Amino acid sequence: MKKRLLALSTVAAFSIAALSGCGGSSGETTAAAETEEAAADTEKSAEEEAAADAEGGSVYYLNFKPEQDAQWQEMAQMYTEATGVPVKVTTAASGTYETMLTSEMASSDAPTMFQVNGPVGLNNWKDYCYDLAGSGIYGELTSDDYALKEGDTVYGIAYVIESYGIITNKTLLSEAGYTVDDIKSFEDLKKVAEDITARKDELGFSAFTSAGMDSSSDWRFKTHLANLPIYFEYKDKGISSTDAIEGTYLDNYRNIWNLYINNATCDPAELTAKTANDSLNEFVNGEAVFYQNGSWEYANVVGEGKFTDDDVTMIPIYIGVGDEANQGLCTGSENYWCINKNADEADIQATLDFMEWCVTDEAALKAMTGGEGAMPSGGAGMAFAIPFKQAPESTNLFVALDASMTAEGKTPVSWNFTTMPSEEWKNMLGSALSVYAADQTDANWAGVVSAFVDNWAAEYTLANG
Amino acid sequence: MEKAIKKYWPIFLLPTLLAFLIGFIIPFIQGVYLSFCRFTTVRDATFIGISNYATAIGDATFSHAFWYNCAFVVVSTIAINLGGLAVALVLTSAIKGRNAFRTVFFMPNLIGGIVLGYIWQILLNCVLTILERPLLALDATAGFWGLVILMCWQQIGYMMIIYIAGLQSIPDSLIEAAEIDGATKWQTFFKVKLPMLMPSITICLFLTITNSFKLFDQNMALTGGQPAHQSELLAYNIYYTFYGRSGPQWRGIGQAKAVIFCLIVVVISLIQLKMTKEKEVQQ
Repeated sequence: MKKRLLALSTVAAFSIAALSGCGGSSGETTAAAETEEAAADTEKSAEEEAAADAEGGSVYYLNFKPEQDAQWQEMAQMYTEATGVPVKVTTAASGTYETMLTSEMASSDAPTMFQVNGPVGLNNWKDYCYDLAGSGIYGELTSDDYALKEGDTVYGIAYVIESYGIITNKTLLSEAGYTVDDIKSFEDLKKVAEDITARKDELGFSAFTSAGMDSSSDWRFKTHLANLPIYFEYKDKGISSTDAIEGTYLDNYRNIWNLYINNATCDPAELTAKTANDSLNEFVNGEAVFYQNGSWEYANVVGEGKFTDDDVTMIPIYIGVGDEANQGLCTGSENYWCINKNADEADIQATLDFMEWCVTDEAALKAMTGGEGAMPSGGAGMAFAIPFKQAPESTNLFVALDASMTAEGKTPVSWNFTTMPSEEWKNMLGSALSVYAADQTDANWAGVVSAFVDNWAAEYTLANG
Repeated sequence: MEKAIKKYWPIFLLPTLLAFLIGFIIPFIQGVYLSFCRFTTVRDATFIGISNYATAIGDATFSHAFWYNCAFVVVSTIAINLGGLAVALVLTSAIKGRNAFRTVFFMPNLIGGIVLGYIWQILLNCVLTILERPLLALDATAGFWGLVILMCWQQIGYMMIIYIAGLQSIPDSLIEAAEIDGATKWQTFFKVKLPMLMPSITICLFLTITNSFKLFDQNMALTGGQPAHQSELLAYNIYYTFYGRSGPQWRGIGQAKAVIFCLIVVVISLIQLKMTKEKEVQQ
């Protein structure tokens, strides 16, 4: 009998050792975050550990923005040091957020705090969102517009407001004999861009950076640029979403796309192989004057070894529709914080407290809005514009530009791409755009129109039944 | 000792059985169940019947992926096995440095599929640019041949090793006897070596057919299904349905596709095993 017990326990021990290998691999993705956390844990004093236990809650934030991962890790440490509540931040690699969120939500240690990108993203996760109505963070919002609401239920809180447009290298533009004041409409932009292309060899630079259609960069065109025809159509009709788009302004979309691809640093047939980094590097190396992107690129464009605030600016994306003289940058949000309804009471409370701390604590606000040296460790801050009452002015040049344009009476273009029916719609549009770029015939443009109009209705029906 | 093994064999089987149960049987059953459900995360699923299967079968991208994949299986299986066997024949003859060559041919197998996919994407795009042809992401036919080239490059070395082992296990006496009887080189190959190689051919065909059906990472990295799902193989199509689409209804549909896919691969590989096994000869 004794022998048998011994054998059984040996076998059990072996099985556990063998099986633990299975569990380890799933944790790999978060290993980096966890080691940092572990380091923080060991630094914690025994008293704080006790305090954490007393609270009982902890925070697990699944972050969407890889470019701000380092800052969030530091914020988590700051919060733990200040309150003793453990905060774990894991960042999904670019383009894998939905995948990661899906698998993490199914695990026993699910995120307490996650992100959705707007009404369409919310569709997926509505059943998991804690109602934030009446919470402290909701009270801190400067306007109700920044809450993701349905009826009286508040599902998400926008925590960053961003703007995009055409980032312009002022130095190169003046070398070509123009200033940003010369560009007040699509016609002006076209004239300047085509003039630069005509004198490309003499000037030594192009008008636009490569409009890369690799997956790292194609969202700039299939999502952000496509927002403009949608915005003007919605505006004409006085609606904020639709089950069937007409594509009234698709000719204008074609014109701006032609302008981008035919006045760029590369042959339009090569666009599918061009990445976001290619485009950024071309801009930073002074190979092109214009670069369509947003305020989140600020730290990549301005800084040591790059440009200064005086070298660059951002102009609105003109497509030849509406009151162009009063058109502002495209401004909005696709980053909403949500709380996991299925988390423990204590964890939900801890997460609510953490969110509120992020937007009220002085050091946290500085980390979220500041630039160079805003983190306590001396690193660069997130340089966000955040829609909360106590937020200081952001040091981000592009954010400031948006504010000053709005103050001048220009109307910002809202972000309507959050109402695009699905990711699939965007992907098919991107595919059609690349096919058209390589061979710019009317037949191929008809493919783009079909991907835009017909597929909208089809995808809308699929998504909403 | 033997008596003890007879008595305690279930205990020795237990660890493997447990791992197999946790790592395979349970997820498989759960997967089949989920294919009849609507769910966002695997923990809270609602049973909805067979509608997922109806949608999956009616999905044009799925049927396109199926035929595209079948064509890929046929072409790559033939190419890889012919290539592997040819290289094995050359490297079992008395040439200088054959061990070095064997190592070199085997090496591509040690590189991960994603890395290979991106490297070959750059290479093939360069070639296509020089030929002034549309790039990989714009041309599903180029994508198809790109995948075939990539898989040949990666798999020929692996199959070569299996074929070399098979060739070396053929008794020299048989070959010698054939020579004495006046058989030509080709006759020796087709009448003696090939029948003796059937066990290796069975395993190589099995490996290449199932690998080609299950191919995922190379497909994702090399073409990403572009243009517009035209270069999607089944596994990538399933992945895209499950993760690329938003909305709870897609998860179940992806799961249903995965079950159909599993059945297809099992049936086809069983048929292949039965057919080639019949041709195997006893030494």
